[in-house]
Amino acid sequence: MSAALAAPAPAAAIDPSTKTTPARGARRMTRTAWGFLGPFAVFYVLFLIWPVIYMFISSLFNTTLVHQGLGSFAALANYREMLGKNEFWVSMWNTIYFTLLTVPPLVFIAFVLAVLANRVQRGQWFFRLAFFLPFILPSAAIALIWNYIFTPATGLWPTIQGWFGDTNPQSVLGTPDLAMVGIALTTVWWTIGFNFVLFLAGLQEIPREIYEAAAVDGASAWQQIKSITVPLLGPTTGLVVLLQIIASLKIFDQVYLMTGGGPGISTEVVLQLVTNTAFTDYRVGAASAASVLLFIVILLVTLVREIIERASAKSKREN
Amino acid sequence: MSATTNSSSGRGGVGISATAPPPRRVTTTIRSSNRIFDGVSWVVLVVAAIAWLLPSLWALKTSFTSNGTSAVGAQAILNDWALTFDSYLTLIKGGDLWNWYLASAVTGVLTVVISMFVCSLAAFALSRMNFRGKKWAMGAILVGIMIPSQVLIVPLFAELNQMGMLGTYWAVILPQVPQVIAVFVFKRFFDGLPRDYEEAALIDGASWWRIYTSVILPMARPVIAAMSIVTFVWVWNNLLLPLFVLSNPKLMTIPVGLATVQGSFGQRVSDIQASSILGALPLVVLFLIFQRQVIEGVAGSGIKG
Repeated sequence: MSAALAAPAPAAAIDPSTKTTPARGARRMTRTAWGFLGPFAVFYVLFLIWPVIYMFISSLFNTTLVHQGLGSFAALANYREMLGKNEFWVSMWNTIYFTLLTVPPLVFIAFVLAVLANRVQRGQWFFRLAFFLPFILPSAAIALIWNYIFTPATGLWPTIQGWFGDTNPQSVLGTPDLAMVGIALTTVWWTIGFNFVLFLAGLQEIPREIYEAAAVDGASAWQQIKSITVPLLGPTTGLVVLLQIIASLKIFDQVYLMTGGGPGISTEVVLQLVTNTAFTDYRVGAASAASVLLFIVILLVTLVREIIERASAKSKREN
Repeated sequence: MSATTNSSSGRGGVGISATAPPPRRVTTTIRSSNRIFDGVSWVVLVVAAIAWLLPSLWALKTSFTSNGTSAVGAQAILNDWALTFDSYLTLIKGGDLWNWYLASAVTGVLTVVISMFVCSLAAFALSRMNFRGKKWAMGAILVGIMIPSQVLIVPLFAELNQMGMLGTYWAVILPQVPQVIAVFVFKRFFDGLPRDYEEAALIDGASWWRIYTSVILPMARPVIAAMSIVTFVWVWNNLLLPLFVLSNPKLMTIPVGLATVQGSFGQRVSDIQASSILGALPLVVLFLIFQRQVIEGVAGSGIKG
């Protein structure tokens, strides 16, 4: 599947600067190259790098949306405020709780479905369609669909619960302990297609010959999956887990659209605390401090993965 | 895709036709246990596929039911199989939906066009040219991949505010132009393209710009198509950015518009479901037409939003 995008064998690199007189040609090429990089660099610096820098700077100031400029210097007061605030810790825990609820099913179910779909000869297009289609829908459409599935008493969910004899079920999105589970369920349904497609792409990189050899040796389907598919899909699984953790930590849409953080603040997540602080209270400085803290958590995940990968590569070399 | 669907040939599969070659020297017990395994796989897949299609089908069914029935509840919707297009007619006659489509189409298309041009040009320089500061530029790209852009919503808002762009389409378009992952995917693709043509062109005195436009771009069509469609889907579906930077209701994109529906439509459940169907429809059509490109783009980039 990724074959069309994957690079063919790279051609031997030939230094093109040897084509013209050495020094002047090289200088000219440097100018041309930066001319080509320039447009992207402008957007990259303006809308990716500068916001990161501004986020760190304004987190140290009493910046507001009401007044121009950064406002008075606050040192670490914004961080002290956030770290001392119950709402921050509740929203951080909710974000992590959502991540814990969504990552295992989104990785495991996607893995199982991809392995099974990869073995099926006929109708693979249908399964790909069924599992991937929700992923391309806007979060707002997803929320409208699931909000009405979860509507207390009249929705499809409580109706089905009624068929199984639970005549007075608890409201899913209206009960503090259940609301996040409902949001997680919706998210698993919505985004499984992404991981499914990544796993399918990984599966297709595994050479057929290995399975054929195993079949000749009399390995059963289950044995083939256990000792060929699972280990060879290791790198893909690592990538999927990392991407999924990061995606889950950035949760905003579903909560904003389905519960608005409620009941109370029982489903409020960090990105929502950030936007509320900035756009309801107009306190950009405090919101930036909360952003920085989430930013650090997400970078830590990437870093931890990098360390694990280096360590495992090292232990492999040593063995 | 098809080349690898039969990754484990040599087993009796449920889907295999009678003329399929018999498995080589595989014992009967294993073959029959594999047949059971494949049967179970198929059942699991079908059940899962139904579970995954059900919510969308439910929304579809609700949207074709009258508001009166759907307000009563799920049981009433299941009992009433009279088809009505009232909800769709209401939405099509009302003006909001068309404004949302327009906003989403304008922002989506402009972002993709600018982004793909800028990103492929940068990837071309990184892949094909030797220049001072190249390592530095590559490092910047790798750092950029790790930046979670959603977390930057507040500083981005402040910046757009200072630039006077709030409430205009530019506030949605320009921040989404630097798709770092697209540069990465393009560079990887360009790296694998043969260099014979451009060497001949360089000897003939062609400029780098000419090599980009007439040698590289034509060969890169598939990867550009895939990334364009994936980027379009991301931009179309982005809620966070337009939600806060487009305050004018006339400029709302589809996701922002849909986010207001629940409050403004109240008990008109069928209208609400019809609007979510209509909001998703262009992407569903796009996906059905360009299924291969979408999936390749997603698998190739390996990173979402």
